[in-house]
Amino acid sequence: MTWQGALQPIILVAVVAVLAWSVGSYLYRVFENQRTYLDPVLIPVERAVYRLCGVDPQAEMRWTTYVFALLAVNVVGFLVLFGLLTLQPLLPLNPAHLPAIPFWTAWNTAVSFMTNTNWQVYGGETTMSYLSQSWLVVQQFLSPVSGICLFLAVARGFSRQNSRTLGNFWHDFVRSLLWVAVPFAIVATIVLVALGSPQNLKAYTHVTTLQGGHQIIAQGPIAAMTAIMQLGDNGGGFMNMNAAHPFEAPNVASLLFQLVLGFAIPAGLIYVFGKMIKDRRQSWAIFAAMAVMFIGGSLVLYHFEAAGSAMLPMHQVHLASAGNMVGKETRFGVGTTSLFENSTTAVSWGSVAASNDSLTPIGGMVALFNMLTGEVIFGSWGVGMIGMLAYVVLAIFLAGLMVGRTPEYLGKKIGAYEVKMAVLAMVVPSFVILILAALSVVIRPGLAGIFNPGPHGLTEVLYAFASGVGNNGSAFGGLAAASPWYAATVGVAMLLGRFPMYIPLVAMASVLAGKQRIPVSAGTFPTHGPLFVVLLVGTVLIVGALVFFPVLALGPLAEQFAMRSGQLF
Amino acid sequence: MTVASSHPEPVPIPAGPGDRPSQTPRPPRRDERLWTRELMSAAAVNGLRKLDPRSMVRNPVMFVVEVGSVFTTADALRYLVTGHLALFSFVGQISVWLWLTVLFANFAEAMAEGRGQAHAAALRRTRVETVARRETATGLEEVPATVLAKGDVVRVDANGIIPSDGEVIEGVASVDESAITGESAPVIRESGGDRSAVTGGTRVTSDWLRIRIAAGRGETFLDRMIELIETSQRRKTPNEIALALLLAGMTLIFLVVVVTLAPFSAYSHAPVSVTVLIALLVALAPTTIGGLLSAIGISGMNRLLERNVLALTGRAVEAAGDVSVIMLDKTGTLTLGNRQATEFICAPGVDPTQLATAAQLASLADETPEGRSIVVLAKTAHGLREQPLGEREAAFVPFSAQTRMSGVDLGAQQIRKGAVDAVAAWTGQSIPDEVAATVDRISRSGGTPLLVAQDRRVLGTVHLKDVVKEGIKDRLQALRSAGVKTVMITGDNPVTAAAIASEVGVDEFLAEATPERKMEYVKAMKAEGYLVGMVGDGTNDAPALANADVAVAMNTGTMAAREAGNMIDLDSNPTKLIEIVEVGKQILITRGALTTFSVANDVAKYFAIIPAMFVVAFPGLSALNVMHLTSPGTAILSAIIFNALIIPALIPLALRGVHYRPAGAAVILRRNLLIYGMGGIILPFAGIKVIDMAVSALHLVSVIH
Repeated sequence: MTWQGALQPIILVAVVAVLAWSVGSYLYRVFENQRTYLDPVLIPVERAVYRLCGVDPQAEMRWTTYVFALLAVNVVGFLVLFGLLTLQPLLPLNPAHLPAIPFWTAWNTAVSFMTNTNWQVYGGETTMSYLSQSWLVVQQFLSPVSGICLFLAVARGFSRQNSRTLGNFWHDFVRSLLWVAVPFAIVATIVLVALGSPQNLKAYTHVTTLQGGHQIIAQGPIAAMTAIMQLGDNGGGFMNMNAAHPFEAPNVASLLFQLVLGFAIPAGLIYVFGKMIKDRRQSWAIFAAMAVMFIGGSLVLYHFEAAGSAMLPMHQVHLASAGNMVGKETRFGVGTTSLFENSTTAVSWGSVAASNDSLTPIGGMVALFNMLTGEVIFGSWGVGMIGMLAYVVLAIFLAGLMVGRTPEYLGKKIGAYEVKMAVLAMVVPSFVILILAALSVVIRPGLAGIFNPGPHGLTEVLYAFASGVGNNGSAFGGLAAASPWYAATVGVAMLLGRFPMYIPLVAMASVLAGKQRIPVSAGTFPTHGPLFVVLLVGTVLIVGALVFFPVLALGPLAEQFAMRSGQLF
Repeated sequence: MTVASSHPEPVPIPAGPGDRPSQTPRPPRRDERLWTRELMSAAAVNGLRKLDPRSMVRNPVMFVVEVGSVFTTADALRYLVTGHLALFSFVGQISVWLWLTVLFANFAEAMAEGRGQAHAAALRRTRVETVARRETATGLEEVPATVLAKGDVVRVDANGIIPSDGEVIEGVASVDESAITGESAPVIRESGGDRSAVTGGTRVTSDWLRIRIAAGRGETFLDRMIELIETSQRRKTPNEIALALLLAGMTLIFLVVVVTLAPFSAYSHAPVSVTVLIALLVALAPTTIGGLLSAIGISGMNRLLERNVLALTGRAVEAAGDVSVIMLDKTGTLTLGNRQATEFICAPGVDPTQLATAAQLASLADETPEGRSIVVLAKTAHGLREQPLGEREAAFVPFSAQTRMSGVDLGAQQIRKGAVDAVAAWTGQSIPDEVAATVDRISRSGGTPLLVAQDRRVLGTVHLKDVVKEGIKDRLQALRSAGVKTVMITGDNPVTAAAIASEVGVDEFLAEATPERKMEYVKAMKAEGYLVGMVGDGTNDAPALANADVAVAMNTGTMAAREAGNMIDLDSNPTKLIEIVEVGKQILITRGALTTFSVANDVAKYFAIIPAMFVVAFPGLSALNVMHLTSPGTAILSAIIFNALIIPALIPLALRGVHYRPAGAAVILRRNLLIYGMGGIILPFAGIKVIDMAVSALHLVSVIH
């Protein structure tokens, strides 16, 4: 562990803070219909879309209508994708005559790309026709934009008062797509091309290597795919190796750009929240809580990766470069790779720059823990922020009474209904992960898919479901993810981790929006200072740890301690 | 502007304790002692009775513990029958401690309820059957009080018991209300005005009253009071419901954690017994707060009762903690209620002694507090004894609404004191400029100037001042630091009101208050999101009371006010609202502190139980045994014992409430997070370690589970 390596996450957070402010200011203008530079081009497009679809972007919606519209868009996306996958041989743009996708794979993939998970149980170039691939790209735009809509609906619960409505879904959806997803993706693509990623539609190049061997070099619109993959926190990469591939991340500069790109919108939305409630201190408190957990996680992960395996010294093996380099890209080294791997589960983009299966047990546990706590350390577009707001409600409710008032956040009283919804949002992911993982380690199809028995296998199973529920999409590996059991159950996990987790929060917001705001006084629970940051971090960590500590003890913790005494799994 | 003796003091109510809270002791409180032998033994019996699953199920957290206890007990018996005595000993001990956990929680609740029930029983004893004398067309008939209907008119003579609640329609009498209030000094009840309500069960000690009955059988104040005390213990407040929901949700999550742990441990070849899984569940479930939650609420109601405040709804008690604006009447609450002479200011060329003498003489016959205060000021400031008038021919001129002055004629010498314009008119000349300036200054400072004149010549001015109650300023300051805004309500003009408001230290004032303006003000505050607390006694307060979130009606007040309020102060002490707010906050803080403590405790329990469960399969996990507990068996037993014992250890805190001193939320949060959050994490590490040492020393566990 070097100080330069340890400094990286701190510098990254500083950069992200600036990004949060600048991107957030722009996003706020977009959502509030204020003027932006893109208006001359986009407003006609926007109007055309509304006219074409016959929707009124001004009509205020109750939460049920809003959610219904959101679900409708998502279900249509799911059905189109599912249809394209299962009917692939009958459809055009399939020059390679690729066969129909098996049912469970199609289910898994369709859910995966609807829920912004982008968990891939297939090999792209050998499974998907160009038509299927192109709709997968469409979904990589639609699913994160849906996340923004969820965020806006929840945020309005806090910013409005005496209101029965939470805004208009079509307005939020179209503007997020036109003003945010598309232009950001175009800019990011250009930057990635400038940094050396290929962007072409050429056939794969056949070369003869210096040693006289034959090699096929895959290429294509890699910069564009990588751009939306990172920007939208999707993780559905062009290359199987994701960012470890030299075309996706040709150099450290490109990798760092992608790292920062993934943070842009989630961090910006934190700032937007503060603008909406007209108290930016609240945003910075939440940002600080996320930053503390992000830096903490990065340092722990880096520490254990830098320390490497305890087995090597035990067997008199001494490497020239310290640290666990197994499964890592030598161009990036332990420090940067550790940072990227912590970010992939924290910010929920799910693309990897290393093989997570080869991380040290504790290193892997950090990545796992980021997802187990609900992907609230920045998280993906919008949903990371509202997941954190659920924790805020919980923290306020547990500790808020201690100031001698019934709990309130941003002047809104937290009543039984709000608590019920926040608890539901907490309960769903834990239940799904625990129950599905528990089933998988006792029934035959589940056990059959585990390649490494013992604690490591348990970690693999947990990671798969955590990644599914967290809509992360990164894979630990070592698991037969494409087997019907895992394809089906992870699909269920992805679905449950999206809508049943976040819709209750919209319902909660609708009740909050209807409430009168209570004026701030000296008796108000302070939610913007360091004390609140500590409380919030404590709540996330303790609640997360309380639920998963026993199973983590049997998985990564048991493995790490066993490694010390020379036992591997 | 009126003169001092505008009208006689309405009713010589014995000075209530609240009039000078810092000087007079509290009224005798009921059931001050927490731990009496009778209360504890009754609570122990009731605690056992509460084991009935039908009543346990209302508290999901403890119900889960009870079900777990049944399972482990069955397990223990199985080991006994099959002769595995070592296992029987371990599982049996776990079972005993699980049962004790449930019992301790039940005991806490029963203790809290017991105090309320004792109070209700005492009240029920005062509900004697009386005979009422009801008016009929022909005269009076004697009927049992129970047949009285609303609207009947009864007559009660001296030493008669008032048969039911009602409104005095004729007569003035002193009434002994000690049965309700515990206050032994009788109070005056009279028709008309704001002191017309009488309560069934109280006794007329002198004179007689005609009363129109306002409540039928079972609806009287006493009945409602008894019913409230008994039922308030079962109804949960909104925040309690929300918290209970969260606790139930947490218990459910832990249930899933523990149930799924069985397959995980089977997969890991680290099987654990059902008893150990149940022990883990109970250790993780928020049993501490789950067990004490209802006791905290009930004892909060009891604390109000001890202060002679009857909360008609639990919601009101909770709202009291949330109140962000309190409206206080100026007179009687913030000021002593009568103006006092504080200064004599001479006209040019008048000797101070001459002015003081004249003022004193003019006030000798004035029995109003204002008049008496002038006599006293002359005595203390100028050393003037009360002058013997017997030898002199004195004709007192009483105050009248027409003349608006009073005085004395000593032979030819005429002395008058009174309203400025009235006295000036009497002198028949314009008042000197200096005196006019003094009058102006006094008026603007919120005081009342009186002119004193002798033989048509103005001698000077008496400064009558609203005297702010001792200590009230500090209490308002404390409230402000706790984020509660104070509003003074007064009938005075805005100038006077502003002066007094700044002297008392309230944040806002409502001058020239009328019933409508008061209600409008309450509504406006609520529209801005404030929670409003107010005190009222008169019928004209009723509309505002009905709109306030915390509405404290004085027991001496009218029926209308009592019905509009959601709390009744039996002492009729308007300053009580401040105490009510503090009790409300205290309940919430206690609830929050124990919740935080309970959740924080889980960290240590994990470090005790998890390594113990899996250390056989994964010896490396002993690294997590940071407390160095002796063996897996002792570790699990110690965690469970700690979990059980912490409940009785915290009962006194739950019943008495966390110490509360008004301060800003940030300060309170920092202190309580440190004590109950950090303390909650650290304390169980020490506690479990100590228990483990004791368990090992006593050789209580002989097997690894």
